Amino acid sequence: MRIVVLVKPVPDTASGGERLRPDDWRLDRPAIPAVVNANDEYALEAALKLTEAHGGEVVLVSMAGAGAPDTMRKALAMGAASGTLVTDDALAGSDTVSTARVLAGALEGMEYDLVLAGADTSDGGAGVVPAGVATLLGLPYLSYAAKIEPDPDAGTVRVNRISPTGYEVLEAPMPALIVATQALGEPRYPSLKGIMAARSKTLETKALADVPLGDAEVGGAVATSKVLGSEAPPPRAATRVIREPADEAARQVVAFLAERRII
Amino acid sequence: MASSTSPPEPSTPARPSSASPATPTPASTYRLTEDQAALRDAVRVLADEQIGPRAAEIDRTAEFPWDVKELLASHDVLSLPFPEAYGGLGGDLLTVCLAVEQISRVCATSGLILAVQELASLPLMLAGTDEQKQRWFPDLAAGRTLIAFALTEAEAGSDVASARTRARRDGTGDGADWILDGSKRFISQGSVADLIAVFAVTADDPPDAPPAPGAPDAAPAPAAPTTPRHKRLTCFIVEKDMPGFSVERVEHKMGIRGSPTAELGFRNVRVPDANRVGAVGEGFSIAMRTLDRSRPGIAAQAVGIAQGALEVAAAYAIERKQFGRPIAEFQMIQAMLADMDAQTEAARQLLYKAATEIEAGAPDAARWSAMCKLVAGDTAMRVTTDAVQVLGGYGYIDEFPVERMMRDAKITQLYEGTQQIQRLVIARALTARR
Repeated sequence: MRIVVLVKPVPDTASGGERLRPDDWRLDRPAIPAVVNANDEYALEAALKLTEAHGGEVVLVSMAGAGAPDTMRKALAMGAASGTLVTDDALAGSDTVSTARVLAGALEGMEYDLVLAGADTSDGGAGVVPAGVATLLGLPYLSYAAKIEPDPDAGTVRVNRISPTGYEVLEAPMPALIVATQALGEPRYPSLKGIMAARSKTLETKALADVPLGDAEVGGAVATSKVLGSEAPPPRAATRVIREPADEAARQVVAFLAERRII
Repeated sequence: MASSTSPPEPSTPARPSSASPATPTPASTYRLTEDQAALRDAVRVLADEQIGPRAAEIDRTAEFPWDVKELLASHDVLSLPFPEAYGGLGGDLLTVCLAVEQISRVCATSGLILAVQELASLPLMLAGTDEQKQRWFPDLAAGRTLIAFALTEAEAGSDVASARTRARRDGTGDGADWILDGSKRFISQGSVADLIAVFAVTADDPPDAPPAPGAPDAAPAPAAPTTPRHKRLTCFIVEKDMPGFSVERVEHKMGIRGSPTAELGFRNVRVPDANRVGAVGEGFSIAMRTLDRSRPGIAAQAVGIAQGALEVAAAYAIERKQFGRPIAEFQMIQAMLADMDAQTEAARQLLYKAATEIEAGAPDAARWSAMCKLVAGDTAMRVTTDAVQVLGGYGYIDEFPVERMMRDAKITQLYEGTQQIQRLVIARALTARR
């Protein structure tokens, strides 16, 4: 099996340094250390497990800034065989529509049985790019997968999709696009051999001109959404903590709410 | 894959990030290579997330952490010191030290697993044949087997050449088996190892009187027909299943309690000549060259312990309030923390320099290795003692890790040569030049 995993470098939230540029309210990416988007790591882990069980290899596709190769090496160290990065100054400020178009363009001409993506990213959090890519490529779209069972002989894949009441079992012909969830299992730590091997793996960088886009326009200039401003949330008012036995605590909470005519 | 124009979401990553801003990157004129930094960071994540949470229990139960050994093996950490041709990663001495340091930062016992695997393999690395390396290194590199280094005896500690464990040929001819008889004491991981690098006397004549410590090596008396002190030992690989080999007991220790320190018995153990490492009589030289390369590993353990204690003390000082202020705002605490940081960094930089010099084949490798162990061991003891002081009464109880770190630090002043022996080695190198 050949599986493409869509990965995105995102600001490391543990660094505490995330900030927006004051002039255009875009993320100041070069100023913040980047990591592989955590949900994408779950997708990558699921893909690696599938190729371990069924054979084949995992390749990465990403659209990101010029600093992305360092971050993508970390994903290669986990076990992906190679990667393709689309990076171009003209893509700065792209919205989800542009991102989906570019990723779909990068996937065109590639051979794969499955495309896996994380549920959303920790920076933008829109969670719509995988659906956009599937739509543009005409792929079956299987979201919120808690279990993935491909049948390479039949050319189909079966997915348990998480639903509010349990899960639904979906089956689709391959190739298909699947959105992974954390229910698929914890991402592995890269082994030291994996880190060393990642240095010599192929990471192909493409400019926008190398990606077939048809008539579609992409980039910040055609973005359908724009951030007009940004404010920190107001500080939270003083918190009152009630540390009484349950009966007394309930009585005080009810009294507090009743006093303010909330109940 | 959302627009970069969206505001950042206050989202929680699915698991902690690998970057840890609280841990300073050693900055120096001697920059680590990209590979070294990447491997160090990977080991740090593994240590912080998987080993650190086990450290207190490993210390309390004093049981060898087989799960940590498996973790280190499955992530290729144990393969770092071994050549690529034998399934290793071919890491240089500095890279091995970086890994030992990061593991020891959270658990000194666990750091020793890698340090001992490296140190006990050094006789084979330095003097083994290609056949011997082919036979043992792939399993050692994969962590399928463990190896211990058996030099010390009850009556032969610092005075290595006075060892009494003997090996005699059974029969004549160059390929004849050897019969080993004697015992070894204070052997790190001796009770869990599959292979033991044992140093035994192969000279038939009685030993000379030892020279006074600190005196230059006395030339053997011209008339005496004795084998020189540094030609009396030979190194052998004993396999744990060989009849006559036994673990006599395991010591109860102050620190590094999860690392079993064993007394090993050899009762007429038959060892094939194929298990002899290096030439007959070369053992003392092999042992000394091993120590030149292995002392930095212990220095790395010491630097790691000091760094771990410093981080706990700094974090505590920021949290702990007395007289209405965090104690980190009091100058007496600040001065202690500043000294701890500066001393730890100084020990670290000497270690990195020493490892680099030794790897490059410096003629004064013994001096570098003794200096880095001396400084790092004393630093670990001082910094962990001060860390306990910063935490006050809380530092003295096992609710916080610094009392364990202080107990663990003590061993780094004792093994791989006491601090007194390190000074002797340094002084000899210094005065021999005159």
